[in-house]
Amino acid sequence: MTATRTFRVLPGFNLTLGYTLGYLSLLILIPLSAVFLKTFGMGWARFVEVVTAPQVVATYKLSFGASLLAAAINAVFGLMLAWALVRYSFPGKKIVDALVDLPFALPTAVAGIALTALYAKNGWLGQYLEEIGIKVAFTPLGVLVALVFIGLPFVVRTVQPILEDLDTELEEAAASLGAQRWQTFRHVIFPILLPALLTGFALAFARAVGEYGSVIFIAGNLPFVSEITPLMIITKLEQYDYQGATAIASVMLVFSFILLLIINGLQAWTAKRTGRDR
Amino acid sequence: MSIQVKNIHKQFGAFTALDDITLDFPTGELVALLGPSGCGKTTLLRIIAGLEQADSGQVLLDGDDASSTHVRERQVGFVFQHYALFKHMTVFDNVAFGMRMKPRGQRPSEAKIKDKVHELLNLVQLDWLADRFPSQLSGGQRQRIALARALAVEPRVLLLDEPFGALDAKVRKELRRWLRKLHDELHITSIFVTHDQEEALEVADRVVLMDHGKVEQIGTPEEVYRHPATPFVYGFLGSVNFFHGRVEGEAVRVGDDTLPHEPHDFDHGAEVVAFARPHELDIDTDPASTAGIAARINRVLAFGVTARVELDGINGSSGQHFEVELTRERVSELGLKDGQAVRLVPSRLKVFEREGASA
Repeated sequence: MTATRTFRVLPGFNLTLGYTLGYLSLLILIPLSAVFLKTFGMGWARFVEVVTAPQVVATYKLSFGASLLAAAINAVFGLMLAWALVRYSFPGKKIVDALVDLPFALPTAVAGIALTALYAKNGWLGQYLEEIGIKVAFTPLGVLVALVFIGLPFVVRTVQPILEDLDTELEEAAASLGAQRWQTFRHVIFPILLPALLTGFALAFARAVGEYGSVIFIAGNLPFVSEITPLMIITKLEQYDYQGATAIASVMLVFSFILLLIINGLQAWTAKRTGRDR
Repeated sequence: MSIQVKNIHKQFGAFTALDDITLDFPTGELVALLGPSGCGKTTLLRIIAGLEQADSGQVLLDGDDASSTHVRERQVGFVFQHYALFKHMTVFDNVAFGMRMKPRGQRPSEAKIKDKVHELLNLVQLDWLADRFPSQLSGGQRQRIALARALAVEPRVLLLDEPFGALDAKVRKELRRWLRKLHDELHITSIFVTHDQEEALEVADRVVLMDHGKVEQIGTPEEVYRHPATPFVYGFLGSVNFFHGRVEGEAVRVGDDTLPHEPHDFDHGAEVVAFARPHELDIDTDPASTAGIAARINRVLAFGVTARVELDGINGSSGQHFEVELTRERVSELGLKDGQAVRLVPSRLKVFEREGASA
């Protein structure tokens, strides 16, 4: 029996693999492992003490809670926005389309200052909201508003292309089979959009967890009320407590990693369920 | 159930897609809407289905005006050219879709749905694919599933929009025969749109020929093929040779040549187009003869049951190409050679008056 050499159709596999791994290591893996290495220097007891301090735990709750909620809000409204942009034509559509990207482009501090000016007690919106008893600035609600703002483009931009590719014949087929509008959406359109929607959700969430600039202005940073985890890290750094900062950072990293893993798992599950097995 | 359309008019901007169409589709027939692309046949089908609204006119289903009824209430089965299967559902779920979407009161139980789906999948001979996803099927299988899905809601009529257009030639032929058989079993009033004349003539009980938003001719495949009513129909159904000329007594004069023509009721001097199918032309190799059209042999293709001879016109019809179909015996009997000058003599000629436009 003679062994036949197998050839790959596309050349450059080794080069590509090497480049990818090298690039990823240099840019992502090495800096991240530095975080853990630095943390290991402090000892287990001290690590637990730092990362479970009540003030720090309160920031985890706010950071991850507000980020998940913001991503969920963006998933709903981002989907609606993408739908409107793809399905209808209205005056100023191009401008709205361009506006969607603005939270990407705007320096986060600018966004933070603008939101604070708007929602502060004497701001344009804040003064009326204050009258009906809603405080936005310097509360967890303010944090949420900022995170919704910066996360908006992710869902819109991931769902939009899928919606554009969606064949209107599918909806016509569903209608000819007797499906009502909402049934068509629920059983035909939504399942097709779901993977993209989950991707958008994951991106918006990841961005929100790491967000710092736009949040700190509107949050007011009251301990136990409106402090976010990235702020804790900065605070530690400013006190030259580098190990404390990396300890909290590593907890954040692990949390984020687990959450993203879950979302990816969900995506794989929906893909499998819909026959798009890879 | 019968379908009637009355005075349907449809405009897309400045383009008239359908111009005052009135048609009657009797119960239980399989009718083909045949025409070149852009002739309005798909638009007409979509208007009958309710996927598109006519600017004016009526669609009558079983005698009732359905013009303002939504597609989901019309109970029509619609099959799309590109199948439009739900990719995220299995074949089973695709077929069950229509039944599951029914209002709770009318919805059959899951057990009944299951029986019905398997019955339909058996009908289209694909029961073994129930758990697959559409992406795992071939084109022909997908279209059969799409048909089963449309039949699941027990439609009163079946509308098929170029159902075999996206399939390769062999599968297309197979599915054609299969569709005809299926229709003979179900006897559901069906309309299918196609631009393939062979498909229409082979499958349909009746053929409606359309061009530029107008109906050109209606009839059985035999009728429209044997007795085309207009130059368009003649030219559209099968290959054809045509000669522009003028009526002179008992003949048609084409340039310097004449074509004999039986008694007719054209005026002397009328501008006409004469049509002859490739098998209705014979070749005369005698240099002395004067009847028929002078032409030069370009190529003799003798690989089939019959031989095809391609010729270029000379004299009055120069620049034109002709095609003649002869038996292979006839070709060797005549001893045809490339470049040889011959005359074309029609055994049968169909003459239409020219209305400015040529076919």
